[in-house]
Amino acid sequence: MNPPGLSAGAAGTSPPAIPHLGIDPFAISFFDDPYPAHQQMREAAPVVYLDRWNVYGVARYAEVYAVLNDPLTFCSSRGVGLSDFAKETPWRPPSLILEADPPAHTRTRAVLSKVLSPAVMKRLRDGFMAAAEAKVDELVARGSFDAIPDLAEAYPLSVFPDALGLQPEGREHLIPYASLVFNAFGPPNELRQQAIERSAPHQAYVTAQCQRDNLTPGGFGACIHAFSDSGEITPAEAPLLVRSLLSAGLDTTVYGIGAAVYCLARFPDQWARLRADPALARNAFEEAVRFESPVQTFFRTTTRDVELGGVVIPEGEKVLMFLGAANRDPRRWERPDSYDITRKVSGHVGFGSGIHMCVGQLVARLEGEAVLTALARKVGAITMSDEPKRRYNNTLRGLESLPVTFTPA
Amino acid sequence: MTTITFIHPDNRSETVEAEDGATVMLAALTHGVDGIVAECGGNAVCATCHVYVDDAWTSKLEPVSDDEDALLDGTAAERRPNSRLSCQIKVQPALAGLVVRIPDRQS
Repeated sequence: MNPPGLSAGAAGTSPPAIPHLGIDPFAISFFDDPYPAHQQMREAAPVVYLDRWNVYGVARYAEVYAVLNDPLTFCSSRGVGLSDFAKETPWRPPSLILEADPPAHTRTRAVLSKVLSPAVMKRLRDGFMAAAEAKVDELVARGSFDAIPDLAEAYPLSVFPDALGLQPEGREHLIPYASLVFNAFGPPNELRQQAIERSAPHQAYVTAQCQRDNLTPGGFGACIHAFSDSGEITPAEAPLLVRSLLSAGLDTTVYGIGAAVYCLARFPDQWARLRADPALARNAFEEAVRFESPVQTFFRTTTRDVELGGVVIPEGEKVLMFLGAANRDPRRWERPDSYDITRKVSGHVGFGSGIHMCVGQLVARLEGEAVLTALARKVGAITMSDEPKRRYNNTLRGLESLPVTFTPA
Repeated sequence: MTTITFIHPDNRSETVEAEDGATVMLAALTHGVDGIVAECGGNAVCATCHVYVDDAWTSKLEPVSDDEDALLDGTAAERRPNSRLSCQIKVQPALAGLVVRIPDRQS
């Protein structure tokens, strides 16, 4: 499976060679410190080839942005993980939105866009802010705790499943299910294999929860089903669209909030700026999404021979986009390795870009803003009380444990 | 290049030479005009590039699409008849002299 960029053409007309790199972007050692490898890929060429998994890779901002914004050439319907749905049976029925192309995607995307619109966020805002204040009050009273389970997980769990309209029973399956989904985008390594082997109870829970009868009226889930009454989607499609919120709506925000708290704990100067002006909370969260890029990678599959970055990628090839590397590309960002809560961060690809850009991004931002606003108002100092521990996932970057002490403001 | 003027809530104005084919949102970001946040980067998701178009210009713009209309219902500042999302306004020579006002908040 040699990319044609390496084959010799006529003298003077041969395209530049595509560098072959030995990097395994799904290895534990990579997850421990991806930044040197990100830099190596960015500096090697606009397009690289990763021999470990026989995929093309793009790590510069310009090429990642280009791939994200040409969804007909770089399609999603053949899977946004390594597995090519044209060659392998997907581990679960494909998503009707994430793993779909226009025109099918256009219809389902429109429904979720309406369910998660700015107008809907306005109605949720006060409740989400109050829940964050209550959570931070509780943690300030405790003093020392683990910011991952006790804040980054506990806060989204206190607001999102209710907003979705889930039954109280069985919610312990939510984070393991999401972890499974994001591990499954990776290659057949131990993380993916183990996740799928243990998936049956989580899949059973999610399948049941997506049914109309199990969803509380007024929640996101019931709103999705209501679109099957008006004909925008079919009754059979509605549960699979609810599944998208269960897959992508919780764990991602856990990692996002965890990233923000980790940034504020590590960079006291930025924490001081946030305390001085809590109105920066929303941008401080957004910058944490750029800086840590909780969703590190997604794949696309080429639908035709396509020129990208001066080389040709043949039809039917997997292209791995390094969102985290693009978000720290010095070609696009000044001081890319600095966490700066006043940065103009618009244009980062932490939520993707183009037609597949995270449809739940407004929920994520609302949660992030709520938590950081409450922290800025109520916490004087955030001190790390022990070494943080990393959590390993083929797609998501974040922590397993972040022991901290909150001093009251 | 097309001249566009942004007026801030404190009535301070900034005039930029915007690249034709770009959006008014991108022109603001490119030229460092504050107050256009554009959280979603121009993907018509977020409604944080809200502007009030000067009355002389509202009828010269492409009409509001259904998607933009729905997003405008979620703007942080009050929606008015001349509210638009600046990511949906394409810069073109016919808009030379366009004036838009930036609301006091975007989120």
